[in-house]
Amino acid sequence: METNICIAGFGGQGVMTIGKFLAQAVTESTDLNTVFFPTYGAEQRGGTANCFVVISDGEVGTPRADLMDDLIILNNPSLNKFINSLKPGGNLFINETIVTDEIKRDDINIIRVPGTEIALELGNTKVLNVIMLGAYIGYTEVFPVDVMWKTIEAKLGKKVELLPLNKAAFEKGLEYGRK
Amino acid sequence: MERVLMKGCEAISEAAVRAGCRFFAGYPITPQNEIPEYMSRRLPEVGGNFIQSESEVAAINMVYGNGAAGVRSMTSSSSCGIALKSEGVSYCAMARIPMVYVNVSRGGPGVGTIQPAQQDYLQATKASGNGGFRMRVFAPATVQEAVDMTYKAFDYADKDRNPVLVLADGVIGSILEPVVLPEQKSDEEVAAIKDAKREWAAVGHPLGQRAWINPGGWDNVHYEQCNKDADEMYKAWQAEAEYELYMVEDAEVVITGYGISARIAKSAVNALREEGIKAGLVRAKTVFPFPYAAYDEINYDVCKGILDVEMSIPAQFVEDVKVAVDGRCPIATYGRSAGIMLSKAEMIEAAKAMLK
Amino acid sequence: MEELIYTKTKTIQPGKSSGFCPGCMHDTVIKLIGEVLEELNIADKTISCTGVGCCGLFMEYIDYDYIQCAHGRASAVATGVKRGDPDKIVYAYQGDGDFASIGFAESVHAANRGENITVIFINNGIYGMTGGQMAPTTLVGMKATTAPKGRDPEQHGYPMHICELLNTLTAPYYLERVSCNTPANVIKTKKAIKKAFQNQIDGKGYSLVEIVTSCPTNWGLSALDSLDFLEQKMLPEFPLGVYRDKSQEEK
Repeated sequence: METNICIAGFGGQGVMTIGKFLAQAVTESTDLNTVFFPTYGAEQRGGTANCFVVISDGEVGTPRADLMDDLIILNNPSLNKFINSLKPGGNLFINETIVTDEIKRDDINIIRVPGTEIALELGNTKVLNVIMLGAYIGYTEVFPVDVMWKTIEAKLGKKVELLPLNKAAFEKGLEYGRK
Repeated sequence: MERVLMKGCEAISEAAVRAGCRFFAGYPITPQNEIPEYMSRRLPEVGGNFIQSESEVAAINMVYGNGAAGVRSMTSSSSCGIALKSEGVSYCAMARIPMVYVNVSRGGPGVGTIQPAQQDYLQATKASGNGGFRMRVFAPATVQEAVDMTYKAFDYADKDRNPVLVLADGVIGSILEPVVLPEQKSDEEVAAIKDAKREWAAVGHPLGQRAWINPGGWDNVHYEQCNKDADEMYKAWQAEAEYELYMVEDAEVVITGYGISARIAKSAVNALREEGIKAGLVRAKTVFPFPYAAYDEINYDVCKGILDVEMSIPAQFVEDVKVAVDGRCPIATYGRSAGIMLSKAEMIEAAKAMLK
Repeated sequence: MEELIYTKTKTIQPGKSSGFCPGCMHDTVIKLIGEVLEELNIADKTISCTGVGCCGLFMEYIDYDYIQCAHGRASAVATGVKRGDPDKIVYAYQGDGDFASIGFAESVHAANRGENITVIFINNGIYGMTGGQMAPTTLVGMKATTAPKGRDPEQHGYPMHICELLNTLTAPYYLERVSCNTPANVIKTKKAIKKAFQNQIDGKGYSLVEIVTSCPTNWGLSALDSLDFLEQKMLPEFPLGVYRDKSQEEK
């Protein structure tokens, strides 16, 4: 069983963090294999950012599959760039606050999360990635929810003051994912 | 064994430090910047030395000097930067200075692209500098393999007194994977490794017993003998060629490659088998010495074709595959280049086409 | 009553003689370095990193550790050796083509890092071993096999002044230009070399001694006429003296 995930958005939306947290959780708390593949351009900031994560119970072959099982899309340009790489029956997670373009496919599952809106309600747009991560795990349970939270907690490390905000963001995301 | 999630470049660096590497000189170039960055943090922790050199040329010559002083020494770069290092690599080969260097390769020729490619194969295996020397060249397909190969590269470099190249690519350098790290050599072990070289190393000697680090000169009878001795060593490596065979016994189509391309090929082989197509894989883990013997394991009575896969146009690895296969079966190539990764689906189609 | 007034330096292999042309000053400098190493009692922990060109011709006959470097890279190699073994004494020996042309980047950056090494830079204004081609230090109007009508500034620019260039950097500890054209200057040269090695022993950092020398063969002059040329043409372009000595500032 192998899951191929693509995460895409603007630089600064925490795209790479979502991918890295997924791979970190798999490494530390499961027996599964994983690959996190960031793609990079010449720009240091801005522009679009995307990465790929593979989670597998066997050897991981290609770090970047031709077709994805799951897409996590944080902005319109990324939607248009990656929508056709999603398998029929695949899952599309969108930040529906700003991903407003028409989705021209009817053979996929769409999980709509008002990510930016929730983040604004919580008072910090930086938690958009944690909200999307919550939604993704809540929906797919690709690995147990507590494994994901443990990793987020560990990654925040000494910044304990940020824990309640992130916990709230993660819970909100989970809620949308489980709907 | 504890797994840690590490980026390829950083894992390579950590493996080097654990192997006893105590000097690194390098120059920024994408996609290998995480190696010098990591080394600049890590080496001072173990009493080592890091220099951001003024150029690739300076870096490799610093490594030449440091290796000559008996220290486990390393540099890294990517493609065009590796080309600049060729001068110093050649000096190390002739003067028999052990050192390890890493090519996290990208597209070419010229400045090419910053994305991953495998377009330095012939340079790495046939002519990494003037004079026709050879080096062991390891081609990792996973971050774990990059770690293990880098670690043992230092042992081979010391054993042979020769440069060793780890030929990675931008994918291996930039992906993060769980790895189990090798044991860190103790300060005593590192000191003992250096001390074992004191007879020939430039560490100062009493008058009359000098060390002479000698990459060439006027005595052509002597230097021809150096060439002959090196040639003997290069030939002896052949028995140590490393490769992976996967489902080749009954394979009707065999995919072959190295590094990241061969890794993708393995998943293509699995997909083909699921469709009932008898596919197999020959993966070179050392590209010098080239694993010719691996191709003798193919059953040419049933094999209808060999598909060479590589991220290089024109294809380069295929040159060695042709020598190994020696006309026993048709060979085709599926390749992309300039930083475009191989597609598993396209690879599967190319393999199927060989069976028609 | 016999008195021993001179013995050959033991840093030169017994029975070996150099291959330098008559009137060449490399010989003198190699001898001076050897004497200094003996006087400072450091020959058994010294490593010579030598450039390519005539400056590499002494590899066959010195008796302490020796690394033949690629053309221009001796300062980078010396950096690597010294960083690997800071207790050892490491010097780079480079000619003008080696140090100031093909190796200029390596030379300047070793100086700029303030590497604790000693550099002996031989400036004779010409490429020797390859047959008299123009060097970065060739004088304006001076003939070379690649400047048959003489160095033309319109085409080739002007001679480079290494001590002056390096003196714009913060890190170097000691920069001095000397010559070997007279017995008095030979003594000054030895003093400068000794100081440059003592600085390294004391961990002071980068020291460079530029030595203006002659190349009778490629200048097309006799050994004696070369001395006149050196005095009358080279020294006005390359004034002798101390360009940097931080030990004076420390006083």
